[in-house]
Amino acid sequence: MYIILVVSLNLSMGFTGLINLGHLAFWGVGAYTSALLTLNGVPWYFAMLAAGIVAAFFGFILALPTSKIKGDYLAIVSLGLVFIMDSVVRNWTSLTRGALGLPGIPRITSSSINFLVFSFILAAVVYFFAYKLVSSKHGKIMQAVRDDETAAKVLGKNTQLYKIMSLVISTFMAGIAGSLFAHYITFIDPTIFSPDILIIVLSMLIVGGLASLNGAVFGAIIVLALSELPRIIIVVPALIGPIRDMTFALLVLIVLIYKPRGLFGKVDL
Amino acid sequence: MMLSIKSVAKNFGGVKAVNKCSFDIEENKITALIGPNGAGKTTLFNIISGLIGIDKGTIKLQNENITNLQPHKIANLGISRTFQLTKVFRNMSIKDNMLLAKHTSEEEIKKILDSVYLHKPLDTFASELSYGQQRLLEIARALLMPHSLLMLDEPTAGVNPKIRQELKLILKNLKKEGKTVLLIEHDMDFVMSVSDTIVVLNQGRVLKIGNPKQVVKDKKVLEAYLGK
Ligand SMILES: Nc1ncnc2c1ncn2[C@@H]1O[C@H](COP(=O)(O)OP(=O)(O)O)[C@@H](O)[C@H]1O
Ligand SMILES: [Mg+2]
Repeated sequence: MYIILVVSLNLSMGFTGLINLGHLAFWGVGAYTSALLTLNGVPWYFAMLAAGIVAAFFGFILALPTSKIKGDYLAIVSLGLVFIMDSVVRNWTSLTRGALGLPGIPRITSSSINFLVFSFILAAVVYFFAYKLVSSKHGKIMQAVRDDETAAKVLGKNTQLYKIMSLVISTFMAGIAGSLFAHYITFIDPTIFSPDILIIVLSMLIVGGLASLNGAVFGAIIVLALSELPRIIIVVPALIGPIRDMTFALLVLIVLIYKPRGLFGKVDL
Repeated sequence: MMLSIKSVAKNFGGVKAVNKCSFDIEENKITALIGPNGAGKTTLFNIISGLIGIDKGTIKLQNENITNLQPHKIANLGISRTFQLTKVFRNMSIKDNMLLAKHTSEEEIKKILDSVYLHKPLDTFASELSYGQQRLLEIARALLMPHSLLMLDEPTAGVNPKIRQELKLILKNLKKEGKTVLLIEHDMDFVMSVSDTIVVLNQGRVLKIGNPKQVVKDKKVLEAYLGK
């Protein structure tokens, strides 16, 4: 699930150079869409698809005005979107039950092993699709937009269209990842919009390196492994959180110092 | 007529970067655009390629109005260009840089790279090239892209003497092939030897249009250069 999230974020950020700090908003939207639909009797596979589509729709809305302006603004606008989503979900209580959250989201599979296998297959599909896209002609144009948008324009490329496309695809994947998350923990509330998760995902991306799909996968695995480590070796529960955050910070710092582009990264930000 | 520029004006705040400019670019000729720094030459390039919108005037490419069209549309109508500060895709190979201009065979790519004296393996990353070599790559890319008009913004700026010499050869070959080129260049000997028509720009205005002989004799031109 994290792998999907990181690979999808890497698509827009690493390959097209769009700094989308609001990625979390889309995965939250996906989680809520899927949860609400399945709680109302819609089969999970439809709900998951819908989660992707609704997230991509929001991605499209975000892309329209921001594709004309530069990357830094997109970062700010998209981060704003996280807070907007958070407050919508908190306050639209008739739909989302606000801070109470949505309990009892149906599981997709009966056993957690099956779920793991399913997530793994889904991540593989996303990885494969991203791989195909990145090595395609369209993927190359997205990378050109990242390196130098003006140069891409004078080579006759509609750069705005490519920026929109990249955001829509990446938010679709984020929506799917959100749906997967909802069906895994079976309970969601507005805290899924908290910056904690964003920090985890960004550290995965930085550790793995921008514009590298393998990096995205390894980054996700390394950071996840590290985040579980304190839970195993530290006995005092109150210390787990802070120590975990410190481990992330340390890890990101070490990687940035020794490998500024990340372990597998291909570009500078 | 390849390109026709009529009363084009562009202000940046209070600065009249381009002030009612009019001139034509003839087919199969090399036209040089010269003038002191800040005269508005690069701004005019950006206007022609659609990167900057204009306040007044019209621009026609082979009689088709292209005024204020989006840059990618203008490019696809047949205008290819390079930049004063080289713009290559740094994180991509030479081959991928070239393929973005036109989807074509390795043979054609190699042929064009040979014609600009860039002999490097196709999988070399653009960021590994020297600045001069990046310039050559950018010109090769502009040549590969299907076009009827080629615009080069100070191709010899900031490159070593060897590459400068090669660039002169490249332009002489383009002239021989009968290409239509609009060239911004400071090296006057070079401009005199290669161009058919010279347009002198000063403070956003056209000061003089003529062949090289007429331009060097012109009093106003001499003043604009010597006065600065
Ligand atoms: N984007 C811009 N914003 C504000 N002023 C600009 C901009 N681009 C160019 N100018 C101004 O327009 C004038 C012409 O610049 P330019 O076209 O770059 O000259 P040249 O290429 O002939 O040296 C200069 O006074 C420059 O400062
Ligand atoms: Mg200039």
